Amino acid sequence: MKVLFSFLAVILIILVATMGAFITNLHYVFGIIIPYLAFAMFVGGFIYRVVKWGRSPVPFRIPTTIGQQKSLPWIKQNKIENPTSAFGVVVRMAMEVLFFRSLFRNTKTELREGQNGPELAYGSAKWLWLGSLFFHWSFLIIIVRHLRFFLEPIPFAIQALESIDGILQIGLPAIYLTDVFILVAITYLFLRRIVVPQVRYISLPADFFPLFMIMSIAISGVLMRYFYKVDLVAVKQLTIGLATFQPVLPTGIGPMFFIHIFLVSTLFAYFPTSKLMHMGGIFMSPTRNMISNNRMVRHINPWNPEVKVHTYEQYEDEFRDKMKKAGIPVEKE
Amino acid sequence: MAPKVKLPKPGELSKIEFKNPATDWMDTPVEFKPGTYCWGAKEKDLLTLGLPNPRQWSPADEDWKIPDGWESTIIEGIAERLSKYRSFKVFMDICVRCGACADKCHFYIATGDPKNMPVLRAELLRSVYKKYFTKSGKFLGRLAGARELNMDVLKEWWSYFFQCTECRRCSVFCPYGIDQAEVTIIGRELLNLVGLNIDWIAGPAAACYMKGNHLGLEPHAITGNIESMVDDIEDITGIRVNPTFNRKGAEIMFVTPSGDLLGEPGIQTCMGYLMLFHELGLDYTWSTYASEGGNFGFFTSNDMAKRLNYKIYAEAKRLGVKYIIGGECGHMWRVLNQYMDTWHGPADFLEVPVSPITGTVFENAKSTKMIHISEFTADLIKHKKLNLDPSRNDHLKVTYHDSCNPSRGMGLLDEPREIIKAVCNNFYEMPENTIREKTFCCGSGSGLNASENMEQRMRGGFPRANAVKYVREKHGVNMLANICAVDRAALPALMDYWNPGVGVTGVTELVGNALVMKGEKERTTNLRFEDLPGKGGNE
Repeated sequence: MKVLFSFLAVILIILVATMGAFITNLHYVFGIIIPYLAFAMFVGGFIYRVVKWGRSPVPFRIPTTIGQQKSLPWIKQNKIENPTSAFGVVVRMAMEVLFFRSLFRNTKTELREGQNGPELAYGSAKWLWLGSLFFHWSFLIIIVRHLRFFLEPIPFAIQALESIDGILQIGLPAIYLTDVFILVAITYLFLRRIVVPQVRYISLPADFFPLFMIMSIAISGVLMRYFYKVDLVAVKQLTIGLATFQPVLPTGIGPMFFIHIFLVSTLFAYFPTSKLMHMGGIFMSPTRNMISNNRMVRHINPWNPEVKVHTYEQYEDEFRDKMKKAGIPVEKE
Repeated sequence: MAPKVKLPKPGELSKIEFKNPATDWMDTPVEFKPGTYCWGAKEKDLLTLGLPNPRQWSPADEDWKIPDGWESTIIEGIAERLSKYRSFKVFMDICVRCGACADKCHFYIATGDPKNMPVLRAELLRSVYKKYFTKSGKFLGRLAGARELNMDVLKEWWSYFFQCTECRRCSVFCPYGIDQAEVTIIGRELLNLVGLNIDWIAGPAAACYMKGNHLGLEPHAITGNIESMVDDIEDITGIRVNPTFNRKGAEIMFVTPSGDLLGEPGIQTCMGYLMLFHELGLDYTWSTYASEGGNFGFFTSNDMAKRLNYKIYAEAKRLGVKYIIGGECGHMWRVLNQYMDTWHGPADFLEVPVSPITGTVFENAKSTKMIHISEFTADLIKHKKLNLDPSRNDHLKVTYHDSCNPSRGMGLLDEPREIIKAVCNNFYEMPENTIREKTFCCGSGSGLNASENMEQRMRGGFPRANAVKYVREKHGVNMLANICAVDRAALPALMDYWNPGVGVTGVTELVGNALVMKGEKERTTNLRFEDLPGKGGNE
């Protein structure tokens, strides 16, 4: 049901896109107005969300320590997973953001019947890590590759990236590795949500929707490149126009382009309202981005509240006789 | 109260069904099965603490006696905490429900109840957050994973936020570091706004507030208990140690959880402290006012935790000590390490801790001026300042349980191991995925070590117990060492249930047994008055 709803929602979006693509009068809306709007919503929404997070203070320094603390000089500190320097935190964050360090730790727990009763076993489980890594890196490379539509002349780095991505030189135009990877990875991410009972149980429509969106964006991109080709010169005219804020609408681009760009626009507009904001959020996570120097440097809580306490005087007043009998020194005899 | 519930046999408890309910989690009502939940907080304790809605109530009743308008109390409570805690806001927004945390939680592993997956436990609150604080939740409702707050939801929160021990294991595996402990802490704060705590937390917190410690030991009871330990030490070693109480001008104040003052094997750990400090000639004092290192306020609300924690620095200041040593306790050290200085610092009336024996300067505690007994002892051992006879522990095959909080809220991993290796000849580690930063909870942390929820405790501790079983079968391990008072209270029952024959000990008890004190008589028993190995015959 949750899957179906998300699927139908994406189908509906594709239908709208198709309508836009085949009605020439709407090309200006679909090719220029909607992409601008979506981009504005993405940037504005993204900043809004990050600022909103940032406006809440971090009252306590609560890193999750995943290794030995800094204490005695001969005990080897884990300087990355229990960092006491800003550099350590930077490395820790880089490992998380670039290589998904924590996901790499993933294990799979199994309960089995051993010789002497039940046994819990913890096996290696790297598929989620691998799938996510391939998905995110492919996505990033694809986005960077697309910069060639917005830059003239095309920077060397992007050309180089393209040629590495197409290094297999299969087909014409050459198949990009990242196109294959992203489709495989996203299929895996989708299938595990359906197949693994626990993951299916926790999944929401909001988990399937972005998967279907990204899948349809990738498929429409592939279709456009290999099957329903579009006029690349015209596309570039349009995209450069967008990038330079001098929008032009060349004729004869081909309908698949409008479908693709509408799907991308939808995803961009949706992004800041959704869980996809983990892209920004990971940088803000206090359990990962804080220096673990709690006992060395005092952390300030801007709203540190006044609280009611039970003072020593109150305590002694209640127990003075008992204290004196027990030979415990008191302030007032 | 309700009749005593029979605890199922281990064979029954370990039959765990990982089947999801036929209905979606939002449509699956919460069940209150005797043996799996704690009693509700008592009226008198909430009155003592000045917490909202004091009344007698029982979770088994249909009517929880929550005042009208509670929904807005909770919603306003959420709004306030969103504006105060970035952690809460970010964690509510960025979870992608990848499920990496699911089988990392001891309660999920041992119950198979999907709402015990950290992700879903957070979703219980996240769904309400979405409904009232996000546009998508407001407009799309359930499609966006949002739902209305109602009494069923509130009861579900109470059930599941008191089935989380705030152990942070999920946070280690989460790609964004989302910490369910943080969500549970805030969830419990919200519940407390309408008077929903558990007896086992509110009771000790109230006792701690008024009398200085969770057990409610009055000053003469503290000195009395310690005096009887002193007598036992004299019987065993021939040496009379001489602790002082509330003594002004001592160099060091010692604070330990009150669990070390009553009942085995806590008291043996405490005897270990007394013997060690005496042997060193340490100029230290106990305090009957700051007689609790632990902090059950931390399981209630951050304000409550701050109120209970106040005594430690206040007393150190009153007594004019130079610094503080803290005993073996788990959540105590999460609080001391990550909260105390922020609440009550700067501790500028104290000095940076320096070991009077080795001269080591504890730079790692230069702001809080409070060090862990394991740091202190490991330093002594490294400098060979202790005369140790590890063969006195030769009848023990020891494994070490990392407590959740010193592991994942501090990183105190190698210090206790250095000590154990110096005082025992037989030490074996449990499997890699169950120790150090990946350690499994005892199943009774964060105030859940009551007796009425014994079934749930035995479940929660199952992954820990199973790892002990592994080293027991492989190496014959018969002693589970730890540095936590809740462990010492909770693990004996857990071992009796899953691994009968495995004992539980504090690390400092092992030190006390191995410590050869100046002028001591030939010892024939250990601190538990059990015969020492090889001391019966003539070798």
